[in-house]
Amino acid sequence: MKHNKAQKFGMVIDLDKCTGCGSCMVACMSENNVPFRKDESDKFLSITWMRVYRLTNGKPFPNTDICYLPRPCMQCAGQHEGHSPCVSVCPAIATDYSTETGIVSQIYTRCFGCRYCMASCPYHARYFNWWDPIWPDGMEKYLSPNVSPRMRGVVEKCSFCFHRYQLAKEKAFMEGRRNIEENEYQTACTQACPAGAVTFGDLNNPDHAVYNLVKPDHKHSGRPTNPHAFRLLERLGTNPKVYYLSSRKWVRQVGDNYLKNEAKVKKPVHHG
Amino acid sequence: MSTLDDHSKEIPEDTAGGATAAQSPEEKIKKQDNGPGGPIILFFILGLFASLIVGWIIFPKLLYSQKKQPIDFNHAFHVAEVENGCESCHFFRKDGTFSGAPKLEQCIDCHEEIQGVDPDEIKFVEEYVSKGREVPWLIYSKQPDCVFFSHAAHIKGADMECVACHGHIGESESLKVYEENRITGYSRDIWGKSIGGFKKNTWDRMKMDDCADCHQKNYAIIEKTGVKTPTKRFVDHMIEVVSPGSSISGKGTSVQTERDACFVCHK
Ligand code: HEC
Ligand code: HEC
Ligand code: HEC
Ligand code: HEC
Ligand code: HEC
Repeated sequence: MKHNKAQKFGMVIDLDKCTGCGSCMVACMSENNVPFRKDESDKFLSITWMRVYRLTNGKPFPNTDICYLPRPCMQCAGQHEGHSPCVSVCPAIATDYSTETGIVSQIYTRCFGCRYCMASCPYHARYFNWWDPIWPDGMEKYLSPNVSPRMRGVVEKCSFCFHRYQLAKEKAFMEGRRNIEENEYQTACTQACPAGAVTFGDLNNPDHAVYNLVKPDHKHSGRPTNPHAFRLLERLGTNPKVYYLSSRKWVRQVGDNYLKNEAKVKKPVHHG
Repeated sequence: MSTLDDHSKEIPEDTAGGATAAQSPEEKIKKQDNGPGGPIILFFILGLFASLIVGWIIFPKLLYSQKKQPIDFNHAFHVAEVENGCESCHFFRKDGTFSGAPKLEQCIDCHEEIQGVDPDEIKFVEEYVSKGREVPWLIYSKQPDCVFFSHAAHIKGADMECVACHGHIGESESLKVYEENRITGYSRDIWGKSIGGFKKNTWDRMKMDDCADCHQKNYAIIEKTGVKTPTKRFVDHMIEVVSPGSSISGKGTSVQTERDACFVCHK
């Protein structure tokens, strides 16, 4: 329902602060009833809504440098709002884009498992359930009732802990409000990060921390004024809502797949 | 059966008209076809009725199993007995969540011991209260796991009455039979009693489209004025009729459907 002005929930992850500890991954799995298997050694079969990648600059000692990069779903808006890679290809309308929150939804009961969205997602943020989840004895009782469990044959992905938004709104209705405060809706990974590297909020709201971290520069088609800010594979025009901060140039370049001796091209920038 | 009469007239005419030898075998075939026409039509009509009976009466009976609530409960009597009306048992918690079906905690003040001779009360006290066991109530309105529903949005936000979605359970003297769909395991109240999909009251059904239709009608109006007036609703409806999709009420937050985004009601 369109009571609020359009919000654009997004995340800013400071890679200089990230230690690669993986707390965000653990918090995410337990918050969202993410299934796991007895043997998780084959990472192609693991389901990780939030996943920490390890990047290196590829230089020999003593110039070696590594960087950890947590990757949730980017909640792409696409070239025009809602033209996300996955939403535009889904033949079942199982994945959708909300103009109220800017979040890409995934309705598991609607999905029939064609995996077109996985092929279209440049971030590998979508995962397929090859099996029904098998919970260790007694663990079923610890699942969250706020997130519906998935079954075999459907695709799942990070939802920016959308159920927390639903609960926050419910509380707001109780108190006669329609708008929710910044601290009432935070994702599990944001709260779990011991280094405080993850910030979450409404990118349209100047009162929110994320807005100020990547304050848009309207003279340059909305690019963040912060020179350390970048988005993953920005040149594809997916228009993600997850921003990264890094003071290291090589990290910023890896984030966009720059080639070694690339000619300086004027970057197409999309920010909507 | 006029068709039969027509055909019986046709045939003598044709033979009288001096049919050639080449035509007569065809005529014979025609004659054979016409012969059992009556029974075939009758068979068809009977078959249709039989299928209708199977489809509209027998199949629904087979599709739904009937279950009784663990104990019966008299709403009319209890609502008069308690102090706070419905809220004594169905209340909101501070964080906006809804308590739903009552727990023993809401009954214990009065039912510590058996007060009367009602067999349901005796069963309730002996089997549940004294053993400290919660009553496994069957929830008529239970939605599938993937659905998020908020009582706060409708009761506090939109000032709706319980009757609008639940019917007259709150005034009833006993709990109705619970019918469970054998295939999906869902309560019959979701799909409604009418197999033909007819809906007289707002509470007859609570399928996805029933939620969505009401939302579509209501939210544009709430958004603009904070109230829903019949005139506004009418004007909105007329705009929608004249040019579909152009009134604001035709545009939801979903990019795919232009209704509500899926994550409004799903989780
Ligand atoms: C003394 C406690 C009590 C009071 C007061 C009470 N109820 Fe109930 N209510 C119950 C119990 C017990 C049930 C059985 C649970 C069930 O059927 O799921 C129930 C069930 C219901 C249900 C069915 C829910 C479902 O889908 O299964 C509705 C609707 C309902 N009550 C409405 C009302 C309304 C409206 C009022 C006020 C007029 C009211 N109740 C007052 C105890 C109470
Ligand atoms: C305000 C006090 C009060 C509360 C609270 C209350 N009851 Fe009762 N209940 C009564 C009285 C009084 C009777 C009538 C006893 C009699 O004389 O048979 C009764 C009768 C009953 C009966 C037998 C009649 C019938 O309804 O079919 C049942 C079962 C019952 N109560 C269940 C419950 C349950 C379950 C709850 C909690 C959700 C509850 N009651 C809460 C006062 C209360
Ligand atoms: C907009 C429609 C709507 C209105 C208005 C409404 N309900 Fe409900 N109610 C529902 C739906 C849908 C469910 C099922 C929720 C679910 O399964 O997640 C439900 C569930 C319930 C339940 C069972 C919850 C449980 O799982 O234990 C009770 C009890 C109930 N409602 C009572 C009430 C009462 C009392 C009121 C009036 C104050 C009310 N409802 C108003 C739609 C409504
Ligand atoms: C008879 C009308 C009606 C029916 C039926 C109805 N709703 Fe609603 N619903 C509303 C209205 C009006 C609001 C807006 C409340 C507000 O914002 O003031 C609303 C709000 C909501 C919200 C909160 C939206 C938000 O902005 O956060 C949810 C969730 C919801 N409805 C789910 C459902 C579901 C699920 C069903 C079906 C089981 C349903 N509703 C059936 C009228 C209805
Ligand atoms: C207004 C609320 C609402 C919205 C918006 C909504 N749904 Fe639903 N949906 C429901 C309710 C209530 C049910 C359960 C009743 C039923 O099966 O019709 C349901 C059931 C479903 C089911 C069947 C689930 C099952 O287990 O039987 C699917 C699939 C589904 N919805 C997909 C979607 C998709 C995809 C969208 C977005 C395009 C969406 N829904 C938007 C309320 C909603």
